[in-house]
Amino acid sequence: MKQIKQIIDQPLLEVVLSRLCHQLLENHTPFDNTVLLGLQPRGVHLADRIKTQLEKITGKKVPLGYLDTTFYRDDFRRRSTPIAANTTNVPFLIEDKDIILIDDVLYTGRTVRAAMDAMITFGRPSKVELLVLINRKYARHLPIEANYIGQSVNTLDTQRVEVLWKEQGEEDGVWLANKQEDKA
Amino acid sequence: MNALRSKHLLGIKDLSSEEIQLIFQTADSFKEVINRPIKKVPSLRDITIANVFFENSTRTRLSFELAEKRLSADVVNFSSSGSSVKKGETLLDTVNNILAMKVDMVVMRHASPGAPHFLAKHIQANVINAGDGTHEHPTQALLDTYSIYSKFGTVQGKKVAIIGDILHSRVALSNIFALQKLGAEVMVCGPATLLPRYVKNLGVKVSLDVRETLEWCDIANVLRIQLERQQVKYFPSLREYSLYYGINLQLLNSLSKPITIMHPGPINRGVELNSDVADSEHSIILEQVENGVAVRMAVLYLLASKHQK
Repeated sequence: MKQIKQIIDQPLLEVVLSRLCHQLLENHTPFDNTVLLGLQPRGVHLADRIKTQLEKITGKKVPLGYLDTTFYRDDFRRRSTPIAANTTNVPFLIEDKDIILIDDVLYTGRTVRAAMDAMITFGRPSKVELLVLINRKYARHLPIEANYIGQSVNTLDTQRVEVLWKEQGEEDGVWLANKQEDKA
Repeated sequence: MNALRSKHLLGIKDLSSEEIQLIFQTADSFKEVINRPIKKVPSLRDITIANVFFENSTRTRLSFELAEKRLSADVVNFSSSGSSVKKGETLLDTVNNILAMKVDMVVMRHASPGAPHFLAKHIQANVINAGDGTHEHPTQALLDTYSIYSKFGTVQGKKVAIIGDILHSRVALSNIFALQKLGAEVMVCGPATLLPRYVKNLGVKVSLDVRETLEWCDIANVLRIQLERQQVKYFPSLREYSLYYGINLQLLNSLSKPITIMHPGPINRGVELNSDVADSEHSIILEQVENGVAVRMAVLYLLASKHQK
């Protein structure tokens, strides 16, 4: 039997995104020295949404780049097949900028560790913060925590958190499922 | 497809078109990496690679070395000149001695066709063929086809001419395999004495006329006259070769369409290619060199993933 549970539905997602944007504005207004970096592959959809909402609220352009961590991961060669790399596109200088790293789920912290390695190949930022939609509690392998959290959830290692976006042709929302099982 | 099937890269003949596409996609990512302010990634930081060159090479060895260093691998270089090979040591002994120093991958160039295949059967490390005699030079073919793919977005349906010393070229054979696997049409052109008799069996068009060839193709890959491999004279003089098979700007401008010029290097300027072509906007020779590093990074990265912890 498939066991799947929705954690965040579409209306709640809008509320959460709006809150996250306002928290960012609270700390970064006037948003002149802050740039967003969405982590490939799934953090970029969240980053796109955050950028759109921030631009709507502030009325100014918010720089957004996409960062891929594949070549910086510490589990390369521990997998049966290599991970396919995604596009990195950082079309601005990050030297002395305030960076908001954005990912959909914070789990072990290893992706964020790799992202910080990847990020500093583009320069030395003045400050780095982390924004995630879902914070999986009690699952960290590294001392990494998010500054902005959509929702924290308790999960088992046998479970996975699936964040889906309408940009991917899916219904907006976050689901909790057992590994190896599909969304109903 | 996320992985190569073999733990070695011995020739293009053994690769599927899907594997070549995987190498291209990975090379795309590395091309972005090598254009960053910091051009290094830590993927191969616990891998040691030996570049074992039993034959002279400058650009292939440099390109491999740069690719290895940009992936953070540890690199040792070996060349047969001034080594124990001169004292009569066998290939296997030489390589086993290098492997005893805990080397994970071997990049080898050798004058004998099949030498890397022999090695791959006898050692545990991954073997990459960096040119075996007149047989194959897989990474050169991959970077050549990748350069076409980068410029045109596809290799499928392109008409590619390989012009020059086909007989002594390992680049030609590997290129023919790679281009055909990716759906390109291939024509080879050169003096009859420099075209192998079996070449038609590879499914390529053959021409002795360089103008006819250039009119037919979208891309011309011009090969170097390999004087060092020619024990007997295959044509009367370099001047005559240049007259009949050399490509100059006047010839290119007289064609009915613009074509792209490639050359694996080093160029005999004024023999197979004039400087006014090599340095013109028709040429993508320097892009080939840049793409060579990205493609070799991709190959090393994909093969290193076979080295499970």
